[in-house]
Amino acid sequence: MAKRIDVSGLTAYYGSHKAIEDISMTVEPRSVTAFIGPSGCGKSTFLRTLNRMHEVTPGGRVEGKVLLDDEDLYGHGVDPVSVRREVGMVFQRPNPFPTMSIFDNVAAGLRLNGNYKKNELSDIVEKSLRGANLWNEVKDRLNKPGSGLSGGQQQRLCIARAIAVEPNVLLMDEPCSALDPISTLAIEDLIGELKERFTIVIVTHNMQQAARVSDRTAFFNLAAVGQPGKLVEIDDTERIFSNPSVQATEDYISGRFG
Amino acid sequence: MDITTAPTDAPPPLSQPSPTEQKRAARGATRPGDRIFLGLSRGSGILLLVIMAAIAVFLTWRAALAISEDEGNFLTTFEWNTQAQPPVFGIAVLAFGTVVSSIIAMVIAVPIAVAIALFLTHYAPRKLSGPIAYVIDLLAAVPSIVYGLWGALILVPNLNGLYAWLDQYLGWTGILEWNGGAPRSMFTVGVLLAIMILPIITNVSREVFRQVPQMHEEAALALGATRWEVIRMAVIPFGRSGVISASMLGLGRALGETMAVATVLSPSFEIQASLLDPGGGTFAQNIASKFGEASEFGRDALIASGLVLFVITLLVNGAARAIIARRKEYSGANA
Repeated sequence: MAKRIDVSGLTAYYGSHKAIEDISMTVEPRSVTAFIGPSGCGKSTFLRTLNRMHEVTPGGRVEGKVLLDDEDLYGHGVDPVSVRREVGMVFQRPNPFPTMSIFDNVAAGLRLNGNYKKNELSDIVEKSLRGANLWNEVKDRLNKPGSGLSGGQQQRLCIARAIAVEPNVLLMDEPCSALDPISTLAIEDLIGELKERFTIVIVTHNMQQAARVSDRTAFFNLAAVGQPGKLVEIDDTERIFSNPSVQATEDYISGRFG
Repeated sequence: MDITTAPTDAPPPLSQPSPTEQKRAARGATRPGDRIFLGLSRGSGILLLVIMAAIAVFLTWRAALAISEDEGNFLTTFEWNTQAQPPVFGIAVLAFGTVVSSIIAMVIAVPIAVAIALFLTHYAPRKLSGPIAYVIDLLAAVPSIVYGLWGALILVPNLNGLYAWLDQYLGWTGILEWNGGAPRSMFTVGVLLAIMILPIITNVSREVFRQVPQMHEEAALALGATRWEVIRMAVIPFGRSGVISASMLGLGRALGETMAVATVLSPSFEIQASLLDPGGGTFAQNIASKFGEASEFGRDALIASGLVLFVITLLVNGAARAIIARRKEYSGANA
């Protein structure tokens, strides 16, 4: 079900402030693409334009085109709600619904999308939790609140919740930045497995992580504070980390600035 | 630049503080200012408890004096005759009226208040929600006698239409049958109480809904939830215990409301089969209308009825706490 993302000439605003300018890139299906860059360069903003979450922020608006295979997400009459059902998202801080059990958290998206029979629902919940490598840890306490899990488990619960609805694309906004190294490793392993089925885009501040998990890496930068962020280059991860074609990328990766 | 590290003198050996000193230090009460503040706050805490206990003992004692003389059953008698020899009085009518009028008020006010709060926090543009919230705040500060006068002068004369409508469509239930009496009934009291408690429930609910963390709403949005589905998945469950608390605040006001009820109701010591028939009474209304001309003994009897109201309020609050505690591990506080 994984789909190709094709972005062309995308500019995003917060009110009158231009956050990112004229970004174009292609993300291949069944691959992991990492976004790196200094804080404030707009990589999270760009990620949020890919499932139309950017416009949820007051004043947020977008110009340009995002094609999911052949469908323009910003086309006339496209419902952002249906876009978000196709493009799943995992956030920086684990955010399972505190008022729901583990089971209900995973089933939340399914219940929005339609009527499932009880056994269908529990099959999908089990499959999703297995897919998020969480099943063995929670199978005996599916009716306990999701907020009782550890941070790393909560984040995998959020991933299970996102993949339960079988999205075409999975967006991850610094999914490991609130986690300890062991939980981070678990998520990274999981990303490796998930890319068999989904197109994955991940924002990260951790360059080792980008090097470990991604096939392609995009480097974002901004000229100065207050200036819009821009895409500097996107290339195979190996090439970005060994022999980038732009000097700024090499400076950033080797820690000379940013 | 040349930096040399000169050997410093060893710090003076710390004297080992005694256990009591350690305890005091942990409470931060070693400095004179801290000690004075500790004494003041502890003293006022104890004083408060002593005053409360004294009031409770005094009221219970006076109430016991009255109840021991009561010839009828204090809980079931449909009469309030403290002058008679022997005196006969009971709280059945008052308990019924208080509870029923409050239930009517809650049934009307809570859904409307929650809807207004959701509208203000999640639908209305910010330019609109600010002024509306301010006006609702003002409504909460209007004295109850003003509501009472408005109820008696404007609400009561204009209720005939609603009563006829209720009688026509819901008269078959028996409890909403209208026999043409003046609309100074328990139902009118409930409507007026609903209007009075609406602002406080709305305001507290609005605050609660505003506290819902952005990340929970975004989690729902990212799953492809519509605005209403976000509210159902993330906002209402998160605010549930807060809305219950808000309702309890409103209910507390409804149970104890005096002047507004006394102005609107035409009181009598009977329980009407239909809520639309005039008559009945509530604890607070009964105390207010009888206290002035009551004898010493009559006052004791009214105090006894006040204690029952107090017990009812305690029970209701206890029940609300139990409801909140039952789902504590699912509450937003764990997020």
